[in-house]
Amino acid sequence: MVLNNIEELLVKYENGETTLNEEQQLKDYFSQETVEPHLEMYKPMFAYFLVNQQEQFTKDVTLKTRKIEIYKWISVAAVAVLMIGFYFRSPFVNSQEDLGTYEDPQLAYNEVVKSLGMVSKSFNKGKASVSYLGEMQKAGTQLEYLDEISNPLGRIFKN
Amino acid sequence: MTQTEFLNIVMPFKDKVFRLAKRLLVSREEAEDATQEILMKLWNNKIKIQEYKNVEAFSMTMTKNFCLDKLKSKQAQNLKIVHSNYQDHNVSLQKQVETNDSLSWVSKIMEDLPEQQKMVIQLRDIEQYDFDEICKMLDMNNTAVRVTLSRARKTIREKLTNTHSYGIK
Repeated sequence: MVLNNIEELLVKYENGETTLNEEQQLKDYFSQETVEPHLEMYKPMFAYFLVNQQEQFTKDVTLKTRKIEIYKWISVAAVAVLMIGFYFRSPFVNSQEDLGTYEDPQLAYNEVVKSLGMVSKSFNKGKASVSYLGEMQKAGTQLEYLDEISNPLGRIFKN
Repeated sequence: MTQTEFLNIVMPFKDKVFRLAKRLLVSREEAEDATQEILMKLWNNKIKIQEYKNVEAFSMTMTKNFCLDKLKSKQAQNLKIVHSNYQDHNVSLQKQVETNDSLSWVSKIMEDLPEQQKMVIQLRDIEQYDFDEICKMLDMNNTAVRVTLSRARKTIREKLTNTHSYGIK
């Protein structure tokens, strides 16, 4: 009979001697609605196994790829190279604008005097063109007689 | 190995990894973290993976070791993993309440089992692995697996019989 078979299987099952196939038979038997009363206690056990089989890992699997990390470092390196490039470029440009120097101090002194003289000459030229502003000063002093008017006015308001 | 290839290898057994982790660590969150960790480890060693014949068995062994380590460090810190999976009890049917209730008895009984027995029961009765595979995964010999399994099954049956006939929890 089926029941006999199940009981035999249960004994084997408890001794850990059943095959996967036989265990499946047991699971099928105990997933029925009605089970023999004296075997009722096995029901939750097999039901529990079946329920637990269904449980799933629902969290998302996130995988960090190494490639992205490499790109990150490449960009960092690129920025560093740019910065270094800019840093070392400026003195290089300055050296191109270098106009040379004089070895002999006397010659250098003469050159300095010459160029300073040139500067002062242009300065004086500029000053001369601005000298007409002196006329303004003269006009200012001529206007001082206007003060005389304020004197009689003051007297009128006093009265 | 591309990401898709990796996922094709890993996807079939990621749930098994998760369930084994949950069996050992009890809490769902802990198990999720552990699974995530293991998948990351596999991904980082993806070049080596290609050499393995049985990635699944290898991953299960990794899961076992990882979870046992975790449990050990938890014990050292004197922290207990709190079981916080509250079940929905709003079932109206008497029968369903009853089955749910007896299922929670089983899960309590399972929690009380020693780690070794938990793993064997998990791998055999829930994941339905071959004995040979279990031997490989747990690094035990065939007889040891059978003995552990038999002990675990007997314990569960005895405790269930007690609850069933006397209502002792």
